[in-house]
Amino acid sequence: MENTEKYIVSSSPHIHREETVSSIMLDVIIALIPATIAGIYLYGFRSAFVVLAAVVSAVLAEGLYQKALKKPVTVKDLSAVVTGLLIALNMPPYIPVWMVCIGSVFAIIIVKQLYGGLGKNFMNPALAARCFMLIAWAGAMTTFHEPFAGAGIDAVSSATPLAILKGVSEGTLPALKDAILGIKPGTIGETSGVMILIGAAYLFIRRVIDWKIPFAYIGVFAILIFLFGKERMDITYTLYNIFTGGLLLGAFFMATDYTTTPTSPAGQLIFGAGCGILTFLIRMFGGYPEGVSFSILLMNVVSPLIDRFVRTKSFGEASRNAGK
Amino acid sequence: MALTFRGGLHIDDHKSATNTVPIKKLEGCEIHTYPLQQHIGAPLEATVAVGDTVKVGQKIADTQAFVSAPVHSSVSGTVKAVEPRLHTSGAMVTAVVIENDGKYEVCEKISPKGDYKNYTPEQLVGFIREAGIVGMGGAGFPTHVKLSPPKEKKITHVIVNGAECEPYLTSDHRKMLENPDEVLLGLKTVMHIFGLKEGYVGIETNKPDAIESMKAEAAKSGDIHIVPLKTKYPQGAEKQLINAVSGKVVPAGGLPADVGCVVINVDTAVSIGNIFTTGMPLISRIVTVSGDCVAQPCNYEVLTGTPVSYVFDAAGGFIKEPRKVLAGGPMMGTALFSLDVPIIKTSSGILALSKSTENFDEDMVCIRCGKCVNLCPMRLMPLYINKYARENNVEMAEKYNVMDCIECGVCSYLCPGKQHPVQNIRLMKQIIAEKRRARKE
Repeated sequence: MENTEKYIVSSSPHIHREETVSSIMLDVIIALIPATIAGIYLYGFRSAFVVLAAVVSAVLAEGLYQKALKKPVTVKDLSAVVTGLLIALNMPPYIPVWMVCIGSVFAIIIVKQLYGGLGKNFMNPALAARCFMLIAWAGAMTTFHEPFAGAGIDAVSSATPLAILKGVSEGTLPALKDAILGIKPGTIGETSGVMILIGAAYLFIRRVIDWKIPFAYIGVFAILIFLFGKERMDITYTLYNIFTGGLLLGAFFMATDYTTTPTSPAGQLIFGAGCGILTFLIRMFGGYPEGVSFSILLMNVVSPLIDRFVRTKSFGEASRNAGK
Repeated sequence: MALTFRGGLHIDDHKSATNTVPIKKLEGCEIHTYPLQQHIGAPLEATVAVGDTVKVGQKIADTQAFVSAPVHSSVSGTVKAVEPRLHTSGAMVTAVVIENDGKYEVCEKISPKGDYKNYTPEQLVGFIREAGIVGMGGAGFPTHVKLSPPKEKKITHVIVNGAECEPYLTSDHRKMLENPDEVLLGLKTVMHIFGLKEGYVGIETNKPDAIESMKAEAAKSGDIHIVPLKTKYPQGAEKQLINAVSGKVVPAGGLPADVGCVVINVDTAVSIGNIFTTGMPLISRIVTVSGDCVAQPCNYEVLTGTPVSYVFDAAGGFIKEPRKVLAGGPMMGTALFSLDVPIIKTSSGILALSKSTENFDEDMVCIRCGKCVNLCPMRLMPLYINKYARENNVEMAEKYNVMDCIECGVCSYLCPGKQHPVQNIRLMKQIIAEKRRARKE
């Protein structure tokens, strides 16, 4: 009789797709490269420094924390790189680097690891860090610069188009074309809508993200701003609102974070629509000119509730008892 | 336009290794082993004893229980043993062991029944039971039971399942291509049982030659619809197939008969047809022999009871050391730890793979990507059922409809966090089934 120890016995299925957590994270990093390059091109090499600092401190924070607690070190899954990169892209280009590092450490340790690490956190770490920094260092976090302004922290600070749209700051709006291309003041990664859309297209093609959340988010927001915004029924005004601020980066890269969003198709539509409504309300009636980060975080917090109450109906459930 | 269902996904099918290889008959094995449990239902009692001589087609085990199907000898020779032997399921099951005398003398009782139209539905269902016919796609549910639905369930659709959505398997493909008449004879018999004029055959579009062949044959007799189906796993799952072909939705927890449907496997249809052409009961089936370790991947018509090792040897043996050997397809088949098990009525294929892709690493986590929810053909939420199954939380698992899972394997296949939802769900289903049984008693 042949040796019966040599074959692996396990439960079906016996084949598996190659996609892994790290391959997904790598895809997200690749998709963020166009927006990152745009940021460095627009605001100079200081942006590259911010990106590097955010990523390195995020990875170090995760690795050292896990080492210290004698847990398996999981930096290879690349999720800390994504968090660091997203934090950097949400920073104004001339923010002090030590603030960025603290932001990264906050995101990884307080928001992610203390809740159990990857897959367990209930808020998007990058966005939570941004909001924490916005409250801790309100001045530094809201000091923006014109693109191509040259090096140095003394470069003239400038109002973002959203602040001008809202009327809380003086200034002239960039031309709509420039607003779409990203030639305007803003955070490193959020200004170039075109580059963000290129990255998003890559994520769609690779099936990393699904259309439901970003389309519900942008769609609901666009409809509300078109119907009830400051300038009603004005397509140009609506486009300004979509292409300036953090809406596109938030909708495609942060509202689509797996862990902190609902899993059912209906739940995802509700989540996206909720983000759209909240962003509209904050931008129109809130104290801040921008509302994307707060909106997504608020919806993150209700995601477990959405997932509990908006479940899928199993195939044939409608007639489960009808046939008997 | 090819029809389909919602959910599921395309999987590399690996069918090109065998889909152009004609079916060959495989005989000559000396020792045949016939487990007395090759179906879902009551176990059988052997009707022969050690030392008896038997002939081809002779019944060697039966029972009075309705949900069961007798077993017949596929060779002539002498009964060597009636004792527990290893089954493809991994369990030891009582089996009749017969030494083949190589003469293949046919049992005197075997004679073709002629035209199926000469018989009443009751007679036909009786013939099917006596021939030991079961669902040959893998589950092994006795066909005569399937064909005896309660009177109030009016059957309107008889569908032959030619989807063959499991990767690697090509046995149904080759049969539909080579002998479409045999498949359709079985279908027409079942249509006759239910007094139907129309019948359906659903075939995935990755088998265009089989679709053509079946269409040409169907054109001769009219009223049989060959339905091309989108190539997508699990297109051949019963409820998904019914949905694609007829648009009907089988109620959760219900049976195809609840929506007037009966689905039969290709090989099952062929076995039904054999009753009228040769009179031979179910003693052979088409088996795909494939996988990257097999020297000459092929399709064999194998006599039941033939050891898996004999079939692999006939296909040239292994060119690489297999890590995993499967009975059935890679999505729903069973992993074997020994090649010393027999081909039974439900063995649609045997595969030898050099790679094992499951993750035995406990570190990976669910990142809640929701892909399992998006692609589950039963529209369940596998990530939550998996979680509750792991926590042994029966109540919540039931709330998330764990019992509706068809164990197709899509969620485990695609999981980037390398979780094993199907394995945990399967266990939870057994626990719940036992609880329900205990409650009834």
